Amino acid sequence: MSRNDLILKIISRVSALLSAAVVLLILRFLIHEATPALREIGLYRFLTDPSWHPLSGNFNLKPMIVATLVTSLGAVLIAGPLGIASGLFVHFYAPPALATWHRRIVEILAGIPSVVFGLWGLVVLAPIIANLGGSGQNLLTATVVLGLMVLPTVAVLSDNAVAAVPREAIQGAAALGMSRWATVWNIVLPESRSGIVAGIILALTRAFGETMAVLMLAGNVVEMPTSLLSPGRTLNANIALELGYASTSHRSVLFVSGLILMLVVSVMVTVISRRRRTTQ
Amino acid sequence: MSSTQSVKPTRSGQSTHTIRELTAAFSIWLAAGLVMAILAWILIDISIRGLSQINLSFLIDDVTDAGRSGGIGPIILSTILILFVTLSVSVPLSIATAIALTEQLNSESLLARYVRRCLDILAGVPSIVFGLFGNAFFTITLGLGYSILSGGLTLSCMVLPILIRTAEQAINSVPLEHRHAAAALGMSRSTTLFRVILPAAAPALAAGIVLSIGRALAETAALIFTSGYVARTPESLFDSGRSLSVHIYDLAMNVPNGGARAYAAACVLVAMLLVINETTALLLKFAGLGSTPHAGGCR
Repeated sequence: MSRNDLILKIISRVSALLSAAVVLLILRFLIHEATPALREIGLYRFLTDPSWHPLSGNFNLKPMIVATLVTSLGAVLIAGPLGIASGLFVHFYAPPALATWHRRIVEILAGIPSVVFGLWGLVVLAPIIANLGGSGQNLLTATVVLGLMVLPTVAVLSDNAVAAVPREAIQGAAALGMSRWATVWNIVLPESRSGIVAGIILALTRAFGETMAVLMLAGNVVEMPTSLLSPGRTLNANIALELGYASTSHRSVLFVSGLILMLVVSVMVTVISRRRRTTQ
Repeated sequence: MSSTQSVKPTRSGQSTHTIRELTAAFSIWLAAGLVMAILAWILIDISIRGLSQINLSFLIDDVTDAGRSGGIGPIILSTILILFVTLSVSVPLSIATAIALTEQLNSESLLARYVRRCLDILAGVPSIVFGLFGNAFFTITLGLGYSILSGGLTLSCMVLPILIRTAEQAINSVPLEHRHAAAALGMSRSTTLFRVILPAAAPALAAGIVLSIGRALAETAALIFTSGYVARTPESLFDSGRSLSVHIYDLAMNVPNGGARAYAAACVLVAMLLVINETTALLLKFAGLGSTPHAGGCR
């Protein structure tokens, strides 16, 4: 082996290790900063404290956990059907030219920054939703916009999953005289189920991790939401709002919530990559 | 696909069948139409409210009155500097990692599997968590403070997975024959890599880089607590600088009556991203790769 080859080998391997180490570094710093709160306050009090008043030592995260779950699950409920439909549309319903356009539109939608979604939601959507009651800055507005933001994830992965269905199966269905929807329902959807489910889980992790749009739209009041029209604050939004001035145990609690987000997302990502490996 | 029936069903079966077929087609067209209409709505809204305020002086003037008047000159400069830091760290690191994963390591080896698993998780880390990490590590532990350097380094961690994935695809798409031919000529591994494989993969590598510029441009949450809010013209990489996306957020949320200018800035940002999107598509076409190397849509 020449000297250059050896240098290449060393540099590329060290780089690979460095890239992998980033995630461990993130974890290490989150744990390091979260430890004081975990030690002094303990997980239990995050659910049982009377309220979220970090400056007077009350750290109830429950309303924010509920708001995070409501908005991200709601977003997936919106994005799921629309995304799957758009994956089927480009393969079975759209004329070829329109299918190409539709794919590009989904791509552009995926590239729109979350602050721009937030701005649009704030100026355009919130006044419309305000007709249902309240100021328009509530969990419903946040959920709808979040749903639109994660829609491309479901659409792209459904598109790929449908594309991977063997041609013979579809041609066979056509030879049997099966109609379009019958083919989709009985052949295509069962075959592509695993890919579509992966897309939905991925969309859920995206919705779970999104900060800006929700921060701009959900109203940010820390209280247990009673309906979709009540304002709420998610864990992510809470970090973004309070990290700037938080100190000591308050700051530490914010890192605990970051650690929770990171762990939940890691588990979901691991589930997806497991699924992908077993289906391949 | 034909919907003619080869077997004659009963009349009532036929009609429920037709109804089901039509309902399905209608719902799917409706859903797809909705997706297209929403994008059109967002883009038209932004251009109507934003375009009228954009002119050359808006793009180069200083920010005055908290952004309600003046331009976004310093903001654009800070954004470019943040991108510069991000790319100068992440591009070499990710290309070297992609080389290790494709050319050097057996994909079933323990190291390769470990690296891939870590990158999968890194790709899913929420942006606010990158913000927390960047704040704790770059601004405080390394003592870089709220600075362009902190922000850029934080973003370079964030774009790493997508850069590595696209670089891997770029290298893998180089035909095997190229490698065989190089080996037949007695070229060493490193010569093959730098003279044959990387030049052949260059357009696809560039597409990946452009794609990650788009991701970095769109990012807000990771920058608020790393590169900060300061809207003055930065004098060095150690100064705080406000990125375009943070500027939009600040105008929309913290500045009363800042909405109009927020739209102007959003219009600039979206225009940049559309150009980036187009460039990626062109580069990929040039590289002979069909579709975008997607990481599953969204940021």
